[in-house]
Amino acid sequence: MTFFLQMLVTGVVVGSIYGLVALGFVLIYRASGALNLANGEFVIIGPYICLILMTAYKIPFIYALLITLIFSAVLGLVVERLVIRPIQNAPVVSVIMATIGLSSLLGGAVHMIWGHQTRTFPPVFPQTPINIAGVIISPVYLWSFIVVVLLLVIFSLFFKFSKMGIAMRAVADDRQAALSMGMSVKYVYAATWTIAAVVAAVGGVLLGNINGLSPTMSAIGLTVLPVVILGGLDSVLGAIVGGFIIGVVQNLAGGYLDPLVGGGLKDVVPFIIVLLILMLKPHGLFGSRRIERV
Amino acid sequence: MLHVNNVEAVYSKIILALKGMSLHVPEGKIVALLGSNGAGKSTTLKSISGLLSGEGGQITAGTIEFQGKKLNNITPDVIVKNGIFLCMEGRHVFRDLTVEENLMAGAYSRKDRTNIKADMEKIFVYFPKLKALRSRKAGYLSGGEQQMLAIGRGIMAKPKLLLLDEPSLGIAPLLVKEIFQIIKRINEEEGTSMLVVEQNANVALSIADYGYIMENGRVVMQGKADYLLSNEEVREHYLGIGKEEKNYKENKVYRRRQRVVW
Repeated sequence: MTFFLQMLVTGVVVGSIYGLVALGFVLIYRASGALNLANGEFVIIGPYICLILMTAYKIPFIYALLITLIFSAVLGLVVERLVIRPIQNAPVVSVIMATIGLSSLLGGAVHMIWGHQTRTFPPVFPQTPINIAGVIISPVYLWSFIVVVLLLVIFSLFFKFSKMGIAMRAVADDRQAALSMGMSVKYVYAATWTIAAVVAAVGGVLLGNINGLSPTMSAIGLTVLPVVILGGLDSVLGAIVGGFIIGVVQNLAGGYLDPLVGGGLKDVVPFIIVLLILMLKPHGLFGSRRIERV
Repeated sequence: MLHVNNVEAVYSKIILALKGMSLHVPEGKIVALLGSNGAGKSTTLKSISGLLSGEGGQITAGTIEFQGKKLNNITPDVIVKNGIFLCMEGRHVFRDLTVEENLMAGAYSRKDRTNIKADMEKIFVYFPKLKALRSRKAGYLSGGEQQMLAIGRGIMAKPKLLLLDEPSLGIAPLLVKEIFQIIKRINEEEGTSMLVVEQNANVALSIADYGYIMENGRVVMQGKADYLLSNEEVREHYLGIGKEEKNYKENKVYRRRQRVVW
């Protein structure tokens, strides 16, 4: 039983980080209908900056994190301005191809600057594990969970009530009409990429604290693809819930089935789920169907 | 208030859609812009609201002036801030947003954020049907309700000039009358000037003060609304109430008479 609970809790925490990374995907998909395949690189650049600030410049974690978030915001803005805006009227496929190029570029830059060895964060969160009813949770896990839930609430409120949030949804819905409302599509896209980059950096810093940091971590960009497909490509709630589900199922499968088949199932299970989802519910759990009036 | 002077508009750098289009909308009046398909009515509205460039078009000659300010080559968001709002043809409500969120979206360019709630209630007074549907997704509304929402969204922006592109498109005749009466009421109570593009000349002229008739990218006839309503040619070609049946045998080739170009 404790083994089950332990797997469950680990799954929830890993899932919460999947949810964060998936959120970046969803935001950009909603605004422009394109998948950002450079999302994984956005995830690793943030924590590298944070790590360097902490180890080389001895800046306390909180300030290092703040600087990292500002840097990520700027990175998002620059990418939007230099890569996405020039092709904003091009077909969606061109945008996706551009993000693949961007992914190679950023990934290469990370290799060049920081090398390929794994680095570990200096201890940021208390190291003594918390024991809740026999289940052992390390504080960094607890923090990831809290941060993700907090971000979910903030984003739901943002999209429902803020002027910018409504404008983002309006632009995603009907660009011409949004233009005629006086909405600046340029600002909306810039804001979207900024937010997506910041969210990715937050996820990256949490993940770096748990697993250590190496360029191969950018693979998470693809690992969360099942999450967004499960949750629905255009749903914020779907990204978070999908993250939890995939995280939990993956860990349970890893715990119970891996010993039977000799390992490796952990990485396959998410894609098996995707296959099932695509057959049963092509729009995902929370994805919106296009409303068609005849 | 709004002066369009000899505007020439081109799509894809070759297709000439407006060939010297001129019109004038006075403060607080309703002006109707009539004409058949492809006459350039919608292009005129898009030129005014700056949406032409989004569809690969551009203004190549002439000027558009609003309250003394030149509007050529200005982006749509600045034009909306100046007080011109276009209700697009085919309603274009945001389908995945609720009725209330659609109205909020209409108020995007406003600076006074505090009065938005009160103005939303005012929209529900003009369009009582929308009130019951306020938290429903706009995509599930009927065509008439969507048109009401599109107009309401326009009023939320508090424009000085409202451009309406075919508000009667695809809507039951009875509802068309109702919507046009509300448009008239908004014009009287809010003092919003309006430029209405219509194929349904009858209903448009019934609320308008002045009318223009377009053909082939330019104005071919203009006058006070009651003058146009009683004009023989307009009655025959645009209102569908001709004098008597034509004898096609006598004039072997029947052609619409070419009218003088203004």
